Amino acid sequence: MITGLLGKKVGMTQLLADDGTVIPVTVIQAGPCVVVQKKTKQKDGYDAVQLGLVEFVKPKRVTKPMTGHFKKSNVAPARFVREVGVQGEDGANPGDKVMVNIFNTDELVHVVGTSKGRGFAGFVKRHHFRGGRATHGSMFHRAPGSIGSSAYPSRVLKGMRMAGHLGNARVTVQNLRVARVDQDNNLLFVRGAVPGPAGGYVVVEKSGR
Amino acid sequence: MNALDLVEKQQLRTDIPEFRPGDTIKVHVKIKEGDKERIQVFEGICIAQKHGGARETFTVRKMSFGHGVERIFPLHSKVIDKIEIVRSGRVRRAKLYYMRALRGKAARIKEVKAAQ
Repeated sequence: MITGLLGKKVGMTQLLADDGTVIPVTVIQAGPCVVVQKKTKQKDGYDAVQLGLVEFVKPKRVTKPMTGHFKKSNVAPARFVREVGVQGEDGANPGDKVMVNIFNTDELVHVVGTSKGRGFAGFVKRHHFRGGRATHGSMFHRAPGSIGSSAYPSRVLKGMRMAGHLGNARVTVQNLRVARVDQDNNLLFVRGAVPGPAGGYVVVEKSGR
Repeated sequence: MNALDLVEKQQLRTDIPEFRPGDTIKVHVKIKEGDKERIQVFEGICIAQKHGGARETFTVRKMSFGHGVERIFPLHSKVIDKIEIVRSGRVRRAKLYYMRALRGKAARIKEVKAAQ
């Protein structure tokens, strides 16, 4: 059984339950995916499948090595290709379609995405430092303060939190609950927020593997 | 169609009458007590409508024993049994938050005649 699926974040909305509660959900266009390659314990040292998200890609946008890779398993080229795990022995062969129906309502999933890039961000935004007082002549606003001692150790310790690039990194959100599965439209409704912008690629995997 | 619109469209209710801020409305709310369900009516002036699509909400304000009480309802929620329009008022803005500062005679809204 394949335990994950590739998708695209559509955006957030609300589901209105019968008892009046409002559930915040992220809608993910999940699949259809196609198995591009199968990895086996004998050959690769671990069991997994490489999935491709079925999407139209201009042939000239696909590199030659990748074209060959897709051709080997006789599937259409995909822009977004990732590996997901498999559970137990089953005949997931290259070319097989994987749909949203691998997920059930109320199941827990992990969602992996690329967070929104924030560029070069200061301490306050990046590490939630408090910063100083804005007024009353404080002369200390959004600066970091002391970053170490003097003669000993005479250097700044490694890993000191400082300003720098924030976001645009791989982020996993664990244990989100599947609120609904829409098989007709290949939509997956996940309770809560998912990293990345609308339109960003995400990997959804079953948790507790 | 955008997938989000598709999702929201499925949740929209078509049985709710159109009303605007300034209107006095009766909201029949389903209330669950244990396994029994009853209807409670909340009557007041709609002072705001917010958001859109399935996320649309409206705020109803009433005076209850001398205290202003406001409730925000999701328009398309299933807890709303029905909405009755008692009277429609003539107002000149979309958000009637100024009503919060007004009491008694000043807090009246002119009625708009049904000729419209």
